[in-house]
Amino acid sequence: MSGPLHLWLIPALPLAGFLVNGLLGRRFSKRAVNAVALTAVALSFLWTLRVFAAAGGLTEPHVERYFTWIESGALSVAFSFYLDRLTLVMLLVVTGVGAIIHFYSAGYMAQEGGYYRFFAYLNLFLFFMLVLVLASSYLLMFVGWEGVGLASFLLIGFWFRRPSAARAGNKAFLVNRIGDFGFSLGMFLTFVVFGSLEFQTVFAKAAGASAGVLTVIALFLFLGACGKSAQLPLYVWLPDAMEGPTPVSALIHAATMVTAGVYMVARSAPIFSRAPLAMEVVAAVGLATAFFAATIGLLQTDIKRVLAYSTVSQLGYMFLALGAGGFAAGIFHLVTHAFFKALLFLAAGSVIHALSGEQDLRKMGGLAEKIPITCATFFVGALAIAGAPPLAGFFSKDEILIQAFQRSPLLYAVGVLTAMMTAFYVFRAVFLAFYGVSRVSEEAAHHLHESPALMTVPLMLLAALSAAGGFLPVGQYLEPVFQGAARPAAVSHGLERALMAVSVLAGLAGLTLAWLLYIARPGLADRLAQGAGGLYRLVLNKYYVDEAYGVVLVRPIVAVSTHLLWRAIDAALIDGAVNLVGRRSVGAGDLLRRVQSGNIRSYAGWVVLGAIGLAAGMGVLLVR
Amino acid sequence: MVPLSWYLVLSAVLFALGVAGFLFKRNIITIFMSIELMLNAVNLSFVAFSYHWKQIGGHLFVFFVIVVAAAEAAVGLAIILCVFRNRQTLNVDDLETMKL
Repeated sequence: MSGPLHLWLIPALPLAGFLVNGLLGRRFSKRAVNAVALTAVALSFLWTLRVFAAAGGLTEPHVERYFTWIESGALSVAFSFYLDRLTLVMLLVVTGVGAIIHFYSAGYMAQEGGYYRFFAYLNLFLFFMLVLVLASSYLLMFVGWEGVGLASFLLIGFWFRRPSAARAGNKAFLVNRIGDFGFSLGMFLTFVVFGSLEFQTVFAKAAGASAGVLTVIALFLFLGACGKSAQLPLYVWLPDAMEGPTPVSALIHAATMVTAGVYMVARSAPIFSRAPLAMEVVAAVGLATAFFAATIGLLQTDIKRVLAYSTVSQLGYMFLALGAGGFAAGIFHLVTHAFFKALLFLAAGSVIHALSGEQDLRKMGGLAEKIPITCATFFVGALAIAGAPPLAGFFSKDEILIQAFQRSPLLYAVGVLTAMMTAFYVFRAVFLAFYGVSRVSEEAAHHLHESPALMTVPLMLLAALSAAGGFLPVGQYLEPVFQGAARPAAVSHGLERALMAVSVLAGLAGLTLAWLLYIARPGLADRLAQGAGGLYRLVLNKYYVDEAYGVVLVRPIVAVSTHLLWRAIDAALIDGAVNLVGRRSVGAGDLLRRVQSGNIRSYAGWVVLGAIGLAAGMGVLLVR
Repeated sequence: MVPLSWYLVLSAVLFALGVAGFLFKRNIITIFMSIELMLNAVNLSFVAFSYHWKQIGGHLFVFFVIVVAAAEAAVGLAIILCVFRNRQTLNVDDLETMKL
């Protein structure tokens, strides 16, 4: 490694794209907007590749310091970027998948209004995501963290004239706020305990800190991760975030932003790995989320929502890996998941595009021949997420399950069950959308068409990555980063083989079940649903979690805000006090106005009275 | 020798007369004269104190007051003349607005 790496270029390029498109894009043609946005992202990706080529082999973190950002008392935060192998992996995923999705968006959004706005936001998102990944301190990471939240909010509500989209944007923002609150508290505590927010300082000092303090910090940070990465109990915003345009769902709400929590926990491995209780919590929450979201995914009818719950579930898998001590395994799954989930979303987008906006699986079917490229790529993505060897998902999921097995067989059993459900719901979507009888409305069937090359080429690229991504040696590559963290011992070869076989069988079982219910015996699914009765309705309505939150949290808060905070305190007390002072002033003025009669002799009389009063007062004082 | 207090009492009586005239008379020229009376009442006590304490300051002040009173008389009488030409009255009660 020779000379500076100019890491700042990586986020600066999308920022420049955002500024140019955001400020001037209204006057640009679509072609010009494309040129700016796509060039910015592509150059950012190329620079990342250059950095990787120059510094890919680094074993010690490389910090590039630009300037002192905040200097106040004991707090000193530098604006600097931190590069190690974990950062590099994230950079490659974010800029690589980001670039592919930018190109796809150029095709997908071609007919939409607000074109420049969309690409400006997308570039803005990439900028903040790259700041988050490159940050060398918790504070700078928090800037990126909030920034991606903002970009996510803007893009979920991209079609802001649709009330449901605007509401979904608000919901995402508010739910994330709870998580951010945890992150902030974790940060404050970190500063109080370690006197710094820089990663290197904090991690160096973490070795000597007590487990109790580290546990509290880790739990607060994990609360932040739960918000951003949609874990129980804060996952509710992610399915609603599907109101945004599909490329946004692919980039932000599947491949990159929602994995920020996973990245943050992995980055804080020196803290987490010394807090066993926090690790247990991470693993438990991850597993519960993985299982819970997968069950909801089983019955969703909106193709994007199936994928959304699948994302929540897969994120749960990543946290399960982190909690079990397999930081590298979690990041590996993050990478492969970015490939295949982006692929699934983009392919779903291509389906929606082909059907002129239809998202309901019940109104699809038999599309395989009409849109073969989309179908084939979706199929690859489905195989990858279901864990079919030798596709990407097989390797990463397997590594997680092995970690879970070493932790406890129970974690493993639930993990395998979740894997089976994953295979089931994703192939249910495949069969309902692409095979069987066509239930497409005539209107949509008339316009049915394969997507343009600008969309299918990114699909094929991602399909290739999803197929081959499992061979990337991410785990070994990341080893130097997680050296300090306790790693579970390797399992014997035979056991590994057996575990692999079990998870493949589970995936196969899920696939077969989906095939049986939706292709071989159509109608069986409905009869089963009727047989299950209450349970079916419970899952179909997503366990009524949104409704429960509404009754337990939202409505009381709104009621307190309306009746107490607004009407009683703000309107009655504060406004009342101000108005009272105003009214009294007017009244006093009305009285005093009478003194100003314009009669000079009455003024003179007042002067005399005043003089006499003054003289009398002085006389009294003197006599005393 | 006349004691100081007599001068002061005389000064106070003259001043009070001036105030009373200022307050109760309606004719603007009488009011003007009352103001002069008050000024001279003060002059009297200045001179009395100056003589009593054998200090020159009181005399100096009296000269200043006389100069200012003369200037004031010139300006004031000019104003009164203007007012009379415009309003045809010297009654202050009719002069309570600033509008002409």
